[in-house]
Order: sequence, then C-alpha cells, then structure tokens
Amino acid sequence: MPRLSVWFVRAALVYLALGFTFGALMLANKGVSFGPWLWRLLPAHIEFLLFGWTLQLAFGVAFWILPRWRTQRGNEKPAWAAFFLLNVGVWMVVLAGWLNWEAGWLTLGRVAEATAVAAFAIHAWPRVKPLMEINATSSE
Amino acid sequence: MPPITRLFVKTSLVYLIASFGVGLFLALRPLVALPALVNGLAPVYFHLFMVGWVMQLIVGVAYWMFPKWSRERPRGYDALALATFWLLNLGLLLRVAAEPAQIVSAWPGWGWLVVCAALLQWLAGMTFVVNTWPRVKEK
Repeated sequence: MPRLSVWFVRAALVYLALGFTFGALMLANKGVSFGPWLWRLLPAHIEFLLFGWTLQLAFGVAFWILPRWRTQRGNEKPAWAAFFLLNVGVWMVVLAGWLNWEAGWLTLGRVAEATAVAAFAIHAWPRVKPLMEINATSSE
Repeated sequence: MPPITRLFVKTSLVYLIASFGVGLFLALRPLVALPALVNGLAPVYFHLFMVGWVMQLIVGVAYWMFPKWSRERPRGYDALALATFWLLNLGLLLRVAAEPAQIVSAWPGWGWLVVCAALLQWLAGMTFVVNTWPRVKEK
C-alpha cells in the first residue's frame, strides 16, 4: 500500500472510531436520556462517517488500486492536496457548528471539501483507462 | 474470498434489500394509513443502509484485500473479525426492533435495549479498527 493510501486509510479509521463513538452516545441517549446536549454531536457524526470515513477510505483505496503506469501513479500532488483539504474541510465544518463560528467558516470548510474532491478527480481521471492503454503509454 | 468475508458480504446484501424494503414502507406513508411504529423507521432505514450494507461490505472486503498483517497471522485475529460480525449485526438488529418499539410502547426496557444496541455497535466499530489498523501499512 503506498504512503498516501496509508495516510488516507488510517485517517479514515480514526474518523470511523470518532463517528461510531458519537453515534453510540446519541443512540444510547435516545434509549435512556442522560445528556440532551449529545444531540449537538449529530452533524459531526454525519460529517465524520460520510466524508471522514467513507469518502476518505474510497480515496485511499482508489489511490492504491487504480491502474498504474508500471510502478508510477501519475501526478500524486493533487491526491496529496485532496488529503489535506478534505481533512481541513471536515474539521472546519464540524468546529464551525460546535463553536458557533460565523457562517463563513462553514462555507470555507465546504469549499475545502469540494476542492479536495475536484483535486482527487484530477489525479484519478487519467488512471481510469483500459489496461492496454496504460501499457502502451508506459512503454513509450 | 475467506469465509468471514463471504459472511459479511452476503449479510450486507440482505441488509441492502431490507433497507430498500423499509424505504418503500416509508414512502407509502402519505398514501396508506400505516401503524405508528412505521414513523420510527426513518433512522432505522438510514442505518440499515449505511451500517448494514455500506459498512458491512467495507469490513468484509477490507478483511479480504488489505495488506497481510504477518505471515503467521495474515488477516489479523480471525476471532476479532468474527466478533465484529456478531457485534455489528446483533447491535443493528436490536436497534431495528427497539428504536421504533420505544415510540409505541411505554415499557422502559426498550430504552435499555437501545442502549445495548448502541454499545454492541460501538464495540463492533472498535474491534474492526483494532484488527485493521496494523494491516494499513506500506510494503
């Protein structure tokens, strides 16, 4: 597994642990109420599990297994940018909600997430090719 | 494909069908008078899909395809993987039963069963993370 995939997947596992913990606390509180404030964790629960876990895991695995040019994975810079922007975006969105930051921070977080997705697509696009085409390009 | 992966993937397919079935029920609400229990199914519908299908499929495929832990223990602890399966499914099924039941029944036990469901699913998530973390490594 390449280094960037290790970062993507390990970060995804951390978000999974956090998202499951928040979800379990909210569900338990739904069964036997012990902290009404726990409902404030709902946006973070969704953000962590949808983007932090599922999307980030998909990025990590895609970076690892999409077709390569011999051993090369093409331009890795946009994929690294995707990693940083996605994580900054997720935390910005969550903290803006928790700490009642101005609405602009939430928008900025969403911009970071959207840019991350675009950056990853720019990286992955040329790798989505028939195997023959990959071999022909790499032998040039 | 190892036996535990087959278990995870086949079970996830059952949840996929079940989640769409529950979704169909929810879509019928404006058209047909349904029991009050159905009103409590919205979070169940979403979690049948995201936990029962998406999460369980990921767990099964990751167990199969992620880099090997070691020569002696290629896929980590098999017992822990099996524990993840049972904890996740018992927790989710308990939620499916107890969460909507809480709405229509005054029995306080439903609330505690929801707490158990939360604990079981949380443990499933943690056992998966613990068993998978060492396999996420560079060659």
